[in-house]
Amino acid sequence: MVTKIYIPRDSSALAMGADKVAIAVVAEAKNRGLEVEVIRNGSRGLYWLETMVEVATANGRVAYGPVKVKDVPSLFDADFIDGKAHALSLGLTEEIDWLKKQQRLTFARVGITDPVSLDDYIAHDGYNGLKNALKLSGADIVKIVTDSGLRGRGGAAFPTGIKWNTVLGCEAEQKYIVCNADEGDSGTYSDRMIMEGDPFVLIEGMTIAGVAVGATRGYIYLRSEYPHALIALNEAIANAEKAGYLGDNVLGSGKAFHLEVRRAAGAYVCGEETSLLESLEGKRGLVRFKPPLPAIEGLFGKPTVVNNVISLATVPIILDKGAQFYADYGMGRSRGTLPIQLAGNLKHSGLVELAFGATLRELLYDFGGGSFTGKPIRAVQVGGPLGAYLPESQFDTPLDYEEFTKIWAVLGHGGIVAFDDSVDMAKMARYAFEFCAIESCGKCTPCRIGSTRGVEVIDKITSGKDHARNIALVRDLSDTMLNGSLCALGGMTPYPVLSALNHFGEDFGIGDFGLSQESKAG
Amino acid sequence: MLDSHSTQEMGATIHALIALHQHRPGALLPLLHAIQDSVGFIPEAAYAPISKALALSVAEVHGVVTFYHHFRTHKAGQHVMQICRAESCQAMGSEALEAHAKKCLNVDYHQTTADGAITLEPVYCLGNCALSPSVMVGDEIYGRVTAADLDALILEARHAEAKA
Repeated sequence: MVTKIYIPRDSSALAMGADKVAIAVVAEAKNRGLEVEVIRNGSRGLYWLETMVEVATANGRVAYGPVKVKDVPSLFDADFIDGKAHALSLGLTEEIDWLKKQQRLTFARVGITDPVSLDDYIAHDGYNGLKNALKLSGADIVKIVTDSGLRGRGGAAFPTGIKWNTVLGCEAEQKYIVCNADEGDSGTYSDRMIMEGDPFVLIEGMTIAGVAVGATRGYIYLRSEYPHALIALNEAIANAEKAGYLGDNVLGSGKAFHLEVRRAAGAYVCGEETSLLESLEGKRGLVRFKPPLPAIEGLFGKPTVVNNVISLATVPIILDKGAQFYADYGMGRSRGTLPIQLAGNLKHSGLVELAFGATLRELLYDFGGGSFTGKPIRAVQVGGPLGAYLPESQFDTPLDYEEFTKIWAVLGHGGIVAFDDSVDMAKMARYAFEFCAIESCGKCTPCRIGSTRGVEVIDKITSGKDHARNIALVRDLSDTMLNGSLCALGGMTPYPVLSALNHFGEDFGIGDFGLSQESKAG
Repeated sequence: MLDSHSTQEMGATIHALIALHQHRPGALLPLLHAIQDSVGFIPEAAYAPISKALALSVAEVHGVVTFYHHFRTHKAGQHVMQICRAESCQAMGSEALEAHAKKCLNVDYHQTTADGAITLEPVYCLGNCALSPSVMVGDEIYGRVTAADLDALILEARHAEAKA
């Protein structure tokens, strides 16, 4: 019998040598005259255990990790292809506590299936959502998405159904579905994992969106830093086209939906939806004024749904299992689940999908296992480079859009970056301004000029020059950027800056040190 | 320095790519990607034929090329090494890694080593944040990169260059 062995093709697994491990496994099996089939799956998201190798046995899949090339002969010696014990044994994958504690809805198939096998996708409930959608009117589909409570997972948390409804209500000869796959936030990688690990779920979600609002063409705007996602998406799209799931007549419904991946070109600001549309049109990624909303005048001036990867990839399960099924997860107005990405200085970083409501502390310690370096965790940044820094006293905040708003923080795209006590928070504040200056599109003054002035003011503060005056100045500048910027880049750079200043003032020389600096200066 | 033969060849390539992409909606970015993938950079000589084919001004083409960090206007070294500077990697010591790379290669960001083997670039997130710090060489990504790992990557790149 041919034994099935799973070795991920996910970028982060490749970063830990998954390709070399796969080659070694195939070679070793051949040497020993064993018949194996290596399947390149997505990652289960337990990244500290990559390269994680799984073997299909009669009792289920058995995992081993982290596997290096040098471990391969000893794995065969131990009969790992029969699921036998080895120093790297992790037991049955489904029984691994870290995975078992999760509620994987959007990520239901990631790491389990062969990402580009349509048969595998269908065998694991794939395309049930689209089949249901094709029996419904556009308005009914939009109602289900609205009732599920799904909100934009890119960061803005705008209700997805309401956005779709606006596009549905527009009369136009052409409408578009645009997927924002320009996942530029540091500490986030869930979009990448979906595109590399289960691209069909995104394709299905976009097709459902197209059917719902009457759009016949979709674009995935993919960041250029994700070459492996590009390969997986293009393979999956080609397979879906061949089987009639995309094209002029989707599953014989008479409805057309065409999908194309477009590569971005390394501009962070193009993750902002209007800048993204400009870029798709072949222009510089300058942010547009709103109104008009992209839902009314979007790509090439036509009504356009712009949604994040995770939002669109969550639609199929909602159409499959119903709005109530999804809405039953979560807390308050944050319904469903959030794929959380643990990053930075943590022992057990990876993908944790949970219903809204878990606390930061549970994620950092129960899942994250504390800091990688073993030092105390001093600060965490949630929601990417434009998210606030949170001190230990806020670690009991539940992950919920409104709870985060209350403490002047954002959940964003669900990335959590941990820092140990060696971090200099004044330096992080300076970096936030520096990043904004590098990535600013330049259209509005607060962002274009404010970011550079911000770097200068932080430098003055940390050198103790006119300390009190410059602290007041950075607050004033932040106020201008918050209220006067055209988009979230300039408008939210003050979040990391001011949260660092407010919670970690000692790093800015506030307190005894600051006073003495000031008195020296004055 | 390109000799006249390869300049001619490059011109022919660019014209072929323009013909291939010019009728796509929003053609400029896919076209620029195709040119850079094939030629290695966007030569200034391409601006005029692109602007003509897409009914844009040369200034507009120049504006787009220079707006995006990914596009380069000069030939890069044999290998492009990108070091992630974003927060997650900073939390895991990327600053020391950047300093180490600059010292070993004797270049700053956006520069190419004297032997033409490696161009060093900063990058702001590779989506490998669970395994920071991250480095990318060409399309290959590396995680939990130490100074010793970086030395090995540099050696490998230089070795490949010497063979080529």
